[in-house]
Amino acid sequence: MKSILKSGVLAAAAIVLSASIVAPAFARDLTVVSWGGNYQDAQRNIYFKPFSEKLGKPVLDEAWDGGIGVIQSKVKAGAPNWDAVQVEAEELALGCADGLYEKIDWDKMGGKDKFLDSAVNDCGVGAIVWSTAIAYDGDKLKEGPTSWADFWNVEKFPGKRSLRKGPKYTLEFALLADGVSKDEIYDVLGTEEGIARAFKKLDELKPNIVWWESGAQPLQFLASGEVAMASAYNGRITGINRSEGKNFKVVFPGSIYAVDSWVVLKDAENKDAAQDFIAFASLPENQAKLPEFVAYGLPNKEAAAKVPAEFAKDLPTDPANMTDSISLNVDFWIDNAETLTARFNAWLAQ
Amino acid sequence: MSAASSRTGRSLLLLAPLLLFLIGFFVWPLFSMMSQAVSDPAVLKLLPRSAEVLADWDRKSPPSAAMQTALMEDLKAVDDDQALGDMVRRLNSARSGFRTLMGKTTGALDDTTNPPADLVSIDKRWEKPEFWLAIADALSPYTDRNLLAAVDFGRNAAGEIEHLPPDQSVNSVILARTFWIAGLVTFFCALIGFPYAIIAASLDGWKRDLMLGAVLLPLWTSLLVRTAAWFILLQEKGLINDLLLTLGIINSPLALIFNRTGVIIAMTHVLLPFMVLPIYSVLITIPKNLMPAAASLGAPPLRAFLRVLLPLSLRGVASGGLLVFISAIGYYITPALIGGPGDQMISSIIAFYATGSANWGMAGALGMVLLVATLVLYSVYARLSSEEPGRR
Repeated sequence: MKSILKSGVLAAAAIVLSASIVAPAFARDLTVVSWGGNYQDAQRNIYFKPFSEKLGKPVLDEAWDGGIGVIQSKVKAGAPNWDAVQVEAEELALGCADGLYEKIDWDKMGGKDKFLDSAVNDCGVGAIVWSTAIAYDGDKLKEGPTSWADFWNVEKFPGKRSLRKGPKYTLEFALLADGVSKDEIYDVLGTEEGIARAFKKLDELKPNIVWWESGAQPLQFLASGEVAMASAYNGRITGINRSEGKNFKVVFPGSIYAVDSWVVLKDAENKDAAQDFIAFASLPENQAKLPEFVAYGLPNKEAAAKVPAEFAKDLPTDPANMTDSISLNVDFWIDNAETLTARFNAWLAQ
Repeated sequence: MSAASSRTGRSLLLLAPLLLFLIGFFVWPLFSMMSQAVSDPAVLKLLPRSAEVLADWDRKSPPSAAMQTALMEDLKAVDDDQALGDMVRRLNSARSGFRTLMGKTTGALDDTTNPPADLVSIDKRWEKPEFWLAIADALSPYTDRNLLAAVDFGRNAAGEIEHLPPDQSVNSVILARTFWIAGLVTFFCALIGFPYAIIAASLDGWKRDLMLGAVLLPLWTSLLVRTAAWFILLQEKGLINDLLLTLGIINSPLALIFNRTGVIIAMTHVLLPFMVLPIYSVLITIPKNLMPAAASLGAPPLRAFLRVLLPLSLRGVASGGLLVFISAIGYYITPALIGGPGDQMISSIIAFYATGSANWGMAGALGMVLLVATLVLYSVYARLSSEEPGRR
């Protein structure tokens, strides 16, 4: 009996041991993580698949919904299962300060001067310039809203509204609706009175707001007629117009734009391949294909110059769209995101 | 070695997978979550010199030169970015502004050609006692601030515990709401699940299989899919409203989504199997001749049910209720997709701290409060159910 047990234990140990020796043969393929939806579909066609062919190996792709905690838990656990990740500007700033990302090899990327200043960072390479803007269905609203004041005006434009659940963007939009000029938004928001003013303005609209959490939701709400207008990512709006023949409109004045960047997670298994991938996705000839599918601005200056005029007019980086839009203040949000989110949740629950 | 001890050894070996599983996936995560909530080493670890100097500070006057020098020395000695990140996150959570302040300060300290004289010359904010107070309060290895904040309390500048203003923290409201929603869902599950189980248990053959299949099939479908399906059914221009409007039963669409009604409907459906199955398994053990026996003794059907079937099946209802309730308090996806802002449950707040802001101490503290509240409820339940035989 005992010898049976002993041989059993030995056999089990042998299996475990051989599995751990064989494991490196099943090394994980390069894993790229982005924001899902029609944006990632486009990326898959123009970046992931061609790079996989060039590499001669599969490239895996996953989608995520953001959150520095997700990245932190992956890096701190050791051997993260993602390599290249597209992150928002705050996640870039927070993660870079906290040592969660590899340093970017800018020579590989073709040099810093090839990119917009806001797209250059020690830990990240700008991937897109994107906007959060008012969207509405042009087939349902012949005369649409032109400002956040209109967004707040439920008498002139009856129906529900949809905003991203969270203080970021929401507080800025409330102040714009309350008549604060675009250059003073963050000065006002930096004071206690300014924050109270923004929440007070939100109180007005509160009964009519349907909150969204993932980028596809506002489009769904607009398509089903659940809401009359919504804040949404501009690229997705243009994307759904082209793919599903919708007539959704984007209101660029009062929109807030930000840069999303590619980062490589610290000590990721395929960190070199990830840098190669980012370099590939930043090549002008590859990047210039993106606006045909989703209307996001391009941080590579050469790529931006190659975009045909018919697509360029829909981009947040187009001069006409840029004039009355606002650049997201990343420093403000990395300082205040936690306290303002707690306050926002308290306000929501009241 | 005696035969008895080798038998014990062997049985322990057989139990080993279970024990390892329990330790690895239950005891250890629970323990580390709880210790996250109260331990607070991030700042003390990196600022030993400042800790010494700050012990003599009166907590209100502007920072002395010694305090600034000590902090500068400490910051220059840090070589681990991730540890620095933990410290900055901890400080920024106590006092907004530390993120940019520390970024600017460490950047200036790295500049060796032009070293700054003191911290105030790097950034004026270092003059303010509030920032130093945040550091001073973070220098003990254990803290109660997460646990206090989880129930809407905090310490003021003098170190006394006080209630946080209602526009800053409403965890207790959300916690109470979580239990209320879970209670309602449990009630509706019992209301639907009990008769359902009785009918299923009274049938046999394919009819019983059909009824059980109808309960089990949703259980095998992903939670997200079921919730998304409810979204399609309940929305303003969804199937239910369209049907009722075409039939002329209602004139304007019912508000079924983004409110409590929708959350209760969807959660009741999702959790119904956990009510039906325990009740069903109790019911099939009850001899079928008890009800006819009661009737033959002159009891009308209602009385027979109340005096015979109900007491015998109560055990199933209680365990079903407990299963449904405990599953319901942890719900996240369904309230997030179907509910309005007034229906968010405590798990959405925990998720924000865990993934959104990487404040695991706060996430752990909220989890601990939820765990304690659940254990209290469970002990009440255990006492009630153990008293039952005595009452009869």
